[in-house]
Amino acid sequence: MKALRLIRRHPAATAGAALLLVFALAAALAPLLAPYPVDRRSGPADAPPSGAHLLGTDDGGVDVLSLVMHGGRVSLLVGLCAAVTAVVIGGGVGLAAGYFGRWTDSVLMAITDYFLVVPVVPLMIVVAAIWGSSVTHIVLIIGVLLWTTTARTVRAQVRSIREQVYVRRAETIGAGHLRIIARHVLPQIGALLVANTVLTIAVAIFYETALAFLGLGDPTAVSWGRMIQDAHRSSAISNGYWWTILPPGIAVTLVIFGASLLGRAIEDGTGAGLRPSRLAVRGFRVLPRGEVPPR
Amino acid sequence: MRRRYLIKRTLVALLTVWVAVTLNFALFRLAPGDAVTNVSRVPNASAETRAALREEFGLDRSHWDQYTAYLGQLAHGNLGVSFANYQPVATNLREALANTLPMVALGTAIGILLGVLIGIVAAWRRGSAVDSAGVLGSLLLYAMPTQWLGLVLVLLFAGTLPVGGMEDPFLALQDTGTWATVKDRLEHMILPAATLAFGLVAQFALITRSSMVETLGEDYVLTARAKGLPDRAIVWRHAARNALLPVTSIVAVSIGSIVGGAILVETVFSWPGIGTAMYQAVADRDYPVLQGTFLLLTLGVVVMSYLVDLLQLRLDPRIGT
Repeated sequence: MKALRLIRRHPAATAGAALLLVFALAAALAPLLAPYPVDRRSGPADAPPSGAHLLGTDDGGVDVLSLVMHGGRVSLLVGLCAAVTAVVIGGGVGLAAGYFGRWTDSVLMAITDYFLVVPVVPLMIVVAAIWGSSVTHIVLIIGVLLWTTTARTVRAQVRSIREQVYVRRAETIGAGHLRIIARHVLPQIGALLVANTVLTIAVAIFYETALAFLGLGDPTAVSWGRMIQDAHRSSAISNGYWWTILPPGIAVTLVIFGASLLGRAIEDGTGAGLRPSRLAVRGFRVLPRGEVPPR
Repeated sequence: MRRRYLIKRTLVALLTVWVAVTLNFALFRLAPGDAVTNVSRVPNASAETRAALREEFGLDRSHWDQYTAYLGQLAHGNLGVSFANYQPVATNLREALANTLPMVALGTAIGILLGVLIGIVAAWRRGSAVDSAGVLGSLLLYAMPTQWLGLVLVLLFAGTLPVGGMEDPFLALQDTGTWATVKDRLEHMILPAATLAFGLVAQFALITRSSMVETLGEDYVLTARAKGLPDRAIVWRHAARNALLPVTSIVAVSIGSIVGGAILVETVFSWPGIGTAMYQAVADRDYPVLQGTFLLLTLGVVVMSYLVDLLQLRLDPRIGT
């Protein structure tokens, strides 16, 4: 009953969670559920969808449905790991900046602003090209470049918590920084961190497909990005083999869509949404909800 | 106070440029192979070319000397020599940039205008079916990978519109006049610019909508309503103008992602611009060109966002006070 009420009250969040769940399950159970293996041909090359191959086959005669299921393993894993990396960095930076204020805040926010301006895709391309691309490298490259929005939202939230009366009181009766952060600050930004992780998963998967498309994905791993690149390279597009290009792209789109729906819903619940006035980097006097004016 | 803000902002921009240049120097010293001689590793280069490059970039000297030599050569617009076609990188990139700019400018302008328009209408009709459709449609569009959207457009429009390159190579041979050339160029531009615009429409519709919703809750909007002004006047004359202020600052932030989108779009449509140059450089491991494009793109983004900030300073008297 409670679950039903929850669904009725938050249709967007439920739809987003359901989408993510379906794709996560399909990916996790791919070895069991996938109709064909993905490392060898299981039918004629470039066959359109049929009863035997529900989504057809690619130019190597590999079943596209199986590829989509297996590709989800890499794409979702990269998305999740990169998002966690980004949120750990961004959360740490935002927490330190918002909690300690003063010069810590100035320095950290200057760095954040720098990363906010730098064009992310070219930087990813350069680092991946020089460093070589394995799944681990891709995760780190994406994670290390995507923490800025998290840092800014967490900072704003921590600043307002910092000014709450009970935090001030805890400080007065001698609670240490670690205790205040662990007992009073972290529990309050938990939901915000979750929201940011979910939203960052969406962006990370977006960049994973971009890197793979530019030939910088892990050459040994099947991912959705790789499938899009393969379709592009094998001139499946000019031949009109729509079944090789639509399924991986639709999978990416639905996962990112689901993550955006869910992430935005959680964020709205925390009341710390990334309002335009908050994203504004420089000297805005329109204060976002809950932010304390600087003194 | 505003003067101080201006000075501070200029210093930050200069600092950013310096960090970008230094990062560019450092990143490519880490490249595989003989790091010190990377810039002069032009395959099949004559001994003289190699010696000249060594001299120019001071490759036989310490890292610090190399750094100053690099800065010196940069100041003279020397970006090294491409591994792939033995031409100076700067010459290659100048041409590519001239090809990129019109297409990206067109796509960006359409994307932002359309996005802002949708955002305003959605916020105005908040809670209605129009609003839900706008928000969900934007989120869905936002979720589509740029390169995939481009490929789908190719799939849909192959045959009706040109899907690759910048011009019809046979047109030049036929001598059909200026008008035909312009028309041909524009037709080639439609699909790449549209792909770029789609991603931006989504982004700007969502941002404008939430900024507009915030603004519509302000007291002066209530006052305007109490005065009995028609809805249209309230939305366009009172609310939209203020709601667009934060949107301009988002323009500054999203220039970086526009550049990223442009690289993908150019790769899909074989548009002979900066993005394709970068893609080719990655494929050929042509480090000087890669380094040059990266530097050019970063500087472009820094300069553009600096300009948008100046514009904002002019638009909004509250900034920097």
